[in-house]
Amino acid sequence: MTGGVNSFQVSGYGPERAGWTRVFARDSLARRLDWPILFSALALSLLGSLLVYSATRNRTELNQGDPYYFLVRHWLNTGIGLAMMIGVLWLGHRALRTAVPLLYGASVFLILLVLTPLGSTINGAHSWIKLPGGFSLQPSEFVKITIILGMAMLLAARVDAGDKPYPDHRTVLQALGLAVVPMLIVMLMPDLGSVMVMVIIVLGVLLASGASNRWTFGLLGAGAIGAVTVWQLGILDEYQINRFAAFANPELDPAGVGYNTNQARIAIGSGGLTGSGLFQGSQTTGQFVPEQQTDFVFTVAGEELGFVGGALIIGLLGIILWRACRIARDTTDLYGTTVAAGIVAWFAFQAFENIGMTLGIMPVTGLPLPFVSYGGSSMFAVWLAVGLLQSIRIQRPMSA
Amino acid sequence: MTNIPETGRSPRVQIRLVVIQVLVISLLGTLGGRLWYLQIREGDQYAKEASGNHVQQVVQPAVRGSILDARGVPLADNETRLVVSASRTDLLKMKDDGRAVLTKLAGVLGMDAEEVLRKVRLCDAETPQPCWNGSPYQPIPITDEATAKQALQIRERAEDFPGITAEPQALRRYPSPGKANTAQVLGYLSPVTDEEITKAQDTSSPYLRSDMVGRSGLERQYDKQLRGKAGVTRYEVDNLGRVIGEAEADPAEPGANLVTSIDSRVQRIAEYELNEAMKEARKQHDHNTNRNYEADSGAVVVMEARTGRVVAMASNPTYDPNAWVGGISAKDYAALTGKKSNYPLLNRAIQGQSAPGSIFKVIPTAAAIKAGYSFEGPYNCSSSYSIGGQVFKNFESQNHGPISLGRALEVSCDTVFYALSHEEWKRDGGNKPKKDAADWFYKTAHQFGLGAETGIDLPNEVTGRVPDRQWKLDYWTANKDAWCKYGKKDGTYAEKIAYENCLEGNRLRAGDSVNYSIGQGDTLVTPIQMATIYAALANGGTLYDPTVGKAVISPDGKTVTEIEPQPHGKLPMTKKTLSQIDEALEGVATRGTAAWRFGGWPQDEIPMHAKTGTAEVHGKQTTSWFATYTKDYSIVMTISQGGTGSGASGPAVRNIYNALYGVSEDGGIDKKKALLPTPQKNLPKVRTDGTITSPKISKDAAKDRATPSPDAQATTPQGDPADPQQTGTVPSPENTNRDTRRRERRRGGGGPRRGDGHPRRRARHRCGRSGARRTTS
Repeated sequence: MTGGVNSFQVSGYGPERAGWTRVFARDSLARRLDWPILFSALALSLLGSLLVYSATRNRTELNQGDPYYFLVRHWLNTGIGLAMMIGVLWLGHRALRTAVPLLYGASVFLILLVLTPLGSTINGAHSWIKLPGGFSLQPSEFVKITIILGMAMLLAARVDAGDKPYPDHRTVLQALGLAVVPMLIVMLMPDLGSVMVMVIIVLGVLLASGASNRWTFGLLGAGAIGAVTVWQLGILDEYQINRFAAFANPELDPAGVGYNTNQARIAIGSGGLTGSGLFQGSQTTGQFVPEQQTDFVFTVAGEELGFVGGALIIGLLGIILWRACRIARDTTDLYGTTVAAGIVAWFAFQAFENIGMTLGIMPVTGLPLPFVSYGGSSMFAVWLAVGLLQSIRIQRPMSA
Repeated sequence: MTNIPETGRSPRVQIRLVVIQVLVISLLGTLGGRLWYLQIREGDQYAKEASGNHVQQVVQPAVRGSILDARGVPLADNETRLVVSASRTDLLKMKDDGRAVLTKLAGVLGMDAEEVLRKVRLCDAETPQPCWNGSPYQPIPITDEATAKQALQIRERAEDFPGITAEPQALRRYPSPGKANTAQVLGYLSPVTDEEITKAQDTSSPYLRSDMVGRSGLERQYDKQLRGKAGVTRYEVDNLGRVIGEAEADPAEPGANLVTSIDSRVQRIAEYELNEAMKEARKQHDHNTNRNYEADSGAVVVMEARTGRVVAMASNPTYDPNAWVGGISAKDYAALTGKKSNYPLLNRAIQGQSAPGSIFKVIPTAAAIKAGYSFEGPYNCSSSYSIGGQVFKNFESQNHGPISLGRALEVSCDTVFYALSHEEWKRDGGNKPKKDAADWFYKTAHQFGLGAETGIDLPNEVTGRVPDRQWKLDYWTANKDAWCKYGKKDGTYAEKIAYENCLEGNRLRAGDSVNYSIGQGDTLVTPIQMATIYAALANGGTLYDPTVGKAVISPDGKTVTEIEPQPHGKLPMTKKTLSQIDEALEGVATRGTAAWRFGGWPQDEIPMHAKTGTAEVHGKQTTSWFATYTKDYSIVMTISQGGTGSGASGPAVRNIYNALYGVSEDGGIDKKKALLPTPQKNLPKVRTDGTITSPKISKDAAKDRATPSPDAQATTPQGDPADPQQTGTVPSPENTNRDTRRRERRRGGGGPRRGDGHPRRRARHRCGRSGARRTTS
């Protein structure tokens, strides 16, 4: 561990060079960046903007008469996200480590704010803060990052210091306590989808930290018991139970609860191999699928771009996840490894849940598809995560 | 080369990272597999569902083709009414769901606003009528009785009435040209049922919810041709049903026109004369029952003898087919189908069956020749014929001495046929029938086409019945349990009959064969069967499938599909026998039982042939039958509880012939007055614009001729009030068949042996009158 490393300059890693040669030098920033992740994330964001445009250009009740309203905002979000990634890269994930308590405290404060009258409800979930200018903030998206960073910090501290080979039980308990507080708050919103993602993140971080297997399996068992308890005690709202019922049997009430699932499946199924062509989908044009620019954006791809487009999205996500796994394995410190693993768990589960629900293999929850779905908070959060991945990557040893 | 120490990189973490990687890959693989399954494997099905989602059809109904008479006079056509409709799709786009527009519309139409609003709501389980039952994308009719002024108001102020249309629409009409009502032959329409829509879904001519379907008569038989093809416009719609594009439009194809062989003038006269004859019969006193004849129902068929085409077919009582147009009211429906209605919907010419009486005798005559008896005979026409202890009397116990079969037809001698039939019965083994019994009398009846449908192009024809051995056995098998349970050897009369039937009802008994030989007993025929047989006698022996439809002409007149007469058999007799019978039937008209009705008939110019029949029906008055033919036409008339053949039906049939040939009462022929001296050969012309050339229609064909009772002219057939005393006779064949059994007597007392099928219904007394009853006039 060396202190004072400025990740943006990466000085001290090689001789000083000038001009283009410096840019393309073996140890230069440009060479050390993970381009596949960056390209895939950019491609998904751009593709997402087109799909969002297709889904919203006719929805005058949403786009305030401007067909490009959502397209422009999606680009704007992507741009801000990109800037945030650069910011993280500039700071470096290790430098951020010192700021984790602050970030964690801020994110928990924000989600608490949601529960006050400042919060607003969208689609049955009270998880938004309305901002001036038509923007709204979903703090639970940022909590996902602070949980990863906080847990990684606690779990890796003693190990990276060389004191212990694995985190001990006490550290694990502390880390879990850190994760449970915001999760409970998010559950009160209630935003069950985000809680599910956070559970998976916790599992992923714990697994990668090398904590005892007993923790992993114990958590899985506790999760199962908890789910049954929640169900039995009726803590869930009716709309959440209905979503699960509709998932189990979509034909149950095709006009009501099962409507989303059915229409989404019809839209995707009718796409065939190559789809009806961008902006040509009748299900999309006819607005048969609700929430199509956000949670159900994958149906636009399925219908208008067909199997080819759908597989492209899954493939691009696959590249990001594959590279992220590589980053987790290649980095030398446990902190970087656990952060990367947490991001992998987050992206993988959220993408699987989102696409899975449109395909009818997962219950419907309100989770955005990373990079593709319209939504500022979600977009910023995933780009911040990309920044963390890049930062971990450029600071790994060159021999790897 | 690194200066970062290797810390935290333990094998355990490495393995766990690989596990995470594998999990991630399997998740993505699952998504890919599911995507492939939905889009590639099941893609077609979802594409279909998607198109069902966003494509809606709007139907433009096809104009139904007309039904024309042989000269092109429309018997059924369409009239244009101004229909005001509201498009629900357009109304829903308005802020108040079109309430304001509909209220304004109600004002223009002079209707109640609430009623109009109720008419455009969609029907569901909780919504009572009025509500709209059809597709929500179909314009919903508000009224079909808008005046031209109202329609103009709506169309000129289109901006005030968005979504409202006022357009002329075709509705079915039965104009009854020259008062020719033709109700039962034409049939009627009623709305298509859900079941029919489902059934015809994948055929070449699927139904639409708005369709009317022919339910009886020609409307049903030729429904497919008349219906045409509805136009369908497909709209692409969004999730709220808003139209986002017109996909494709198939224009409507109007239905074809059906030309029939009906001549509306002859039809009118047939209807009129039948009704007059029945009215006249009701004035006559019946000596047997000591009250006037009831004449509760009747039918007449006028047929082209050489083709089997039906020129006129009337059934009485009748009704106004326009009652069905635009949906029949519950009151009208009850009046047409209720128990007290006497079933005017029945076409008694093809659906009424009863014992034929003596018009049947041409069949045993042909059978006797087949069985080897000579035509000349002579056969003894005694006053009675006895079998064992039973005596079967001739009509009014007349005795004509030894005569030929021809003379037996002329004077309608029963005893000659009794003897022949009994002789044959004995030859076939009597009470112990041979296995290969010839059964000439029964076989011949089948060859004449009895006991089977004639194949007329009208639905629900009944078969009648030949009471042969097989039928006896079947009937006994079906009823023996009841008979054997009820029957007692020494019980009441009815019980004795049941006992008898239980023991030997399965066998053809001597008395059965005797009754059968003169068209009594269990024998049942329909008027159309007898018309077909007498037409065959006229045309040299060919039995044609009777037809009403003559040609189907496309709406533009360019395609004409003629319906050719199809023979279904030959009369089972040689040319010689045929001419002998022909001669005898001419004798009936000139010197036999029908001669008094054809006084002054120009027999040399127009040879008339006839046979009268008076069939007994147990518990009822006699059925009048009159079967006639010339070289061009055969006419058969029957009146239930109407009296004798020549007495009740004779004048009416003569009047129809008078009209056809232009014969006056004194026998002179006025060719100008002749309506149809030879059958209509040419088809009417349908012009390319769809109009039809047809001659001028007189107000009432029956009025144009000198009719015996001018006061009756005002009465149209459908205006005939139903006699409250009448009871349904013809609808239930079982009802009549057993009751037509000929009564018989036994010389030595001992009670009658012959059984009746329904002991409980049987309230038969020992024959009250002296002598066997007459069966034939």
